[in-house]
Amino acid sequence: MSWAIENWDRLLIALWEHVRLVGAGLAISLFIGLPLGVLSARKPRFYLAVLLVSGALYTVPALAVFALLIPVLGLGFGPAVVALVMYALLIIIRNVATGLREISPDILDAADGMGFGRWRRLFAVELPLALPVIIAGIRITVVTQVSVATVAAFINAGGLGDIIFQGITQDFGEKVVIGALATSALAIACDESLRRVEVALRAAQAESA
Amino acid sequence: MWQWIGDNPGIFGTAVSNHLQLSGVALAAVILIALPLGLALTRRRGLANAAIAIVNILRTVPSLALLVIMLPLLGTGFLPSAVALVLYGLPALLLNTYTGLVEVDADIVEAARGQGLSDRQVMTRIEIPLALPVIFAGIRTAAVQIVSAATLAAFIGGGGLGELITAGMANFNFPQLVAGAVAVALLALFVELAFAGLERLLTRKLRMGAA
Repeated sequence: MSWAIENWDRLLIALWEHVRLVGAGLAISLFIGLPLGVLSARKPRFYLAVLLVSGALYTVPALAVFALLIPVLGLGFGPAVVALVMYALLIIIRNVATGLREISPDILDAADGMGFGRWRRLFAVELPLALPVIIAGIRITVVTQVSVATVAAFINAGGLGDIIFQGITQDFGEKVVIGALATSALAIACDESLRRVEVALRAAQAESA
Repeated sequence: MWQWIGDNPGIFGTAVSNHLQLSGVALAAVILIALPLGLALTRRRGLANAAIAIVNILRTVPSLALLVIMLPLLGTGFLPSAVALVLYGLPALLLNTYTGLVEVDADIVEAARGQGLSDRQVMTRIEIPLALPVIFAGIRTAAVQIVSAATLAAFIGGGGLGELITAGMANFNFPQLVAGAVAVALLALFVELAFAGLERLLTRKLRMGAA
């Protein structure tokens, strides 16, 4: 553990780079995925097409995506975020669409009866009700992105993967292990905290229902 | 890319066959471990909760972390890569096997027992066939995950198509890099589609058998 103790500042920087990658990836994924998810819930054919494309993107191995982005976008933070977004779309769109579709038609009728317009119904009724399912999607997305971001160090995007790759090239086992443990801890922490948010939201909804 | 493959058919072929071998061995091991383990867990619910908690944590660990953590434990090469891939693919199939079996309608199992079927017969004739679609979905997820993560085995000397990518990157040989990336992307998509097709065929057959 001596390397980690002596180099805690480098570890913190790598962690910060990692969080920044995932943060940017998640923000852009939500910005694109939310509207596409809402649209998918309304239009089954569109949903099918979106599922096919985002499903294919989700299936391609991370290292291949990074490699294929090099000739197009080069190296660094930008292309890494693009790859993270490509991985996130399937789950975000799917969960937004599922969350919206699972709302009982009675509730929607009631909202219509109360004179809610389309947009007000969406923001005041539908999205809040779908929130637990959407958060569940965000949880899977964040865990996936933490994992994929580790590989992003391969295209010089920094992050905790950088510590791992440095450890491999320097044949320095401790660095490899520290990097691996740190990414795992980050993924587990994200998973657990979002799980708690999800559970709390569901409990709150059950209470108000 | 095509020219690189044409000029280096040996290197390309070895990478493909290594990738398939590594993924195949790992998937076979996952199936051999997860099916009996999942089955055993349905008989011990107390143990099942603990096992599911562990598996859920394992499922969260990034694939690269799982692979490189093998370096100090098992060194480099095929074996550590295979072990890491087994750990990576195991959660999906174990969870599906367990859930699939647990979700089999208790009334049906009861009815079968009432007709005098033994525990073993209930298992092989009722529970496993009814849980099969869910189990097979788990095999498909595990297969795709393993083929995908096997790309990263190149970082611990496990060979496979990832090696074309890492070597291409190290030597600025972009045709080689692209060849590796495109090949592994197509392979992952193919595995996904092939297993999805098999799954559909199987479900249809089971439904016809039941009707």
